[in-house]
Amino acid sequence: MINKKVRNIEEAISGVESNMTFMFGGFGLSGIPENAIAALSKTTINNLTCISNNAGVDGFGLGLLLERKQIKKMISSYVGENIEFERQMLSKELDVELIPQGTLAERCRAGGAGIPAFFTPAGYGTEVQQNKEVRDFNGKKHILEKALIADFAFVKAWKGDTAGNLIYKGTARNFNPLMAMAGKITVAEVEELVPEGQLDPNQIHTPGIFVQRILQGAKFEKRIENITTRKK
Amino acid sequence: MALDKNGIAKRIAQELKNNTYVNLGIGIPTLVANHIPVGLNVEFQSENGVLGMGPFPFEGDEDPDLINAGKQTITTLPGAVLFDSAMSFSMIRGNHIQLSVLGAMEVAENGDIANWKIPGKMVKGMGGAMDLVASSENIIVAMTHTNRKGQSKLLKKCTLPITGVSCVKKIVTDLAVVQVTREGFKLLERAPGVSVNEIISATEAKLIVPHQVPEMDI
Repeated sequence: MINKKVRNIEEAISGVESNMTFMFGGFGLSGIPENAIAALSKTTINNLTCISNNAGVDGFGLGLLLERKQIKKMISSYVGENIEFERQMLSKELDVELIPQGTLAERCRAGGAGIPAFFTPAGYGTEVQQNKEVRDFNGKKHILEKALIADFAFVKAWKGDTAGNLIYKGTARNFNPLMAMAGKITVAEVEELVPEGQLDPNQIHTPGIFVQRILQGAKFEKRIENITTRKK
Repeated sequence: MALDKNGIAKRIAQELKNNTYVNLGIGIPTLVANHIPVGLNVEFQSENGVLGMGPFPFEGDEDPDLINAGKQTITTLPGAVLFDSAMSFSMIRGNHIQLSVLGAMEVAENGDIANWKIPGKMVKGMGGAMDLVASSENIIVAMTHTNRKGQSKLLKKCTLPITGVSCVKKIVTDLAVVQVTREGFKLLERAPGVSVNEIISATEAKLIVPHQVPEMDI
């Protein structure tokens, strides 16, 4: 097997430059590549286009890159819960492209799967349709959406092996497998990195072929955005 | 008297059918899960990647790797399944979900819905709402009848950017149950103690009012 293991996060993000396009896995704060985001926030790169379902919260997740004004454009489906984001967007410091969540997922999947574009009914008749081809299939209107790829895709998994194979846990899977496929360089940070042969091939979610660099994350805070419980 | 949020959720729960898959949106729709009639079997899907969602966890059992689309901590029920976002929207777009319940800022009499953007003020994004309303065969909106300024949210035409075209089938508000028909809004039920005239005066769009408008049975 090809060994994808890198020693630390600095090595994992080597080659990142200003003006690049990055993808970040995660839904809310669940399953985000915390270590990569923290490391990127310590670099001086900026003018980034970031593709991520959400934009983090103030002080955590992609909120760290926003605070340091490293992001030029954000491509997301939902960006509530972040005051600095809203401020930058309404003052037009930040360019924001909002796209339907299923369309975002499929555009990433398509990018990794060699499908340049596809038709979807989501967004027909709305602002999302503007400047896009519309076509009727089986009596229903659809719009043409193009695939997305990124210079770097940063993903987070529960377990991984040195061959780059990944297993996710719970709803922390979300966009990670799709973005892993769509990165020219995909960097996977995992909670537990094991030697090849230690993961059951039947259970792997992302085959290592999609991953260029893998590392054991130094630290996972795994912050919860909205703790909701019931009484015992 | 106008219903509170739980009253709206309770009335919507009566719309659930046995052995179906249901997606509940953020806000009032999430409360519907608290009012499932006894003996009814429904499986809840959350678009961030879970089918078979259970109740909120007990204090101390929260798992950061297990949340719903509102980013609240959740649990899973026996038989639950976890998946990625493309798989999740294959279920939604592919019309494998029988009912979708959403909140809204405006609904038009042709079934258009607006719930993702107030230009220049609030831009949170559509999340999965556009995918849901584009494909779900049954869409019920849960919302208050009027906004904070007292203006009707049931309109002849939406004034805000829309989320989907001619898709809403039914609206349950704090005042009424309204069906979207080809002829426009039809009043089906009224909240206990709320008169037909109160509902008409709170509705900007034309309302088709049958001779008998029963009170909701909740």
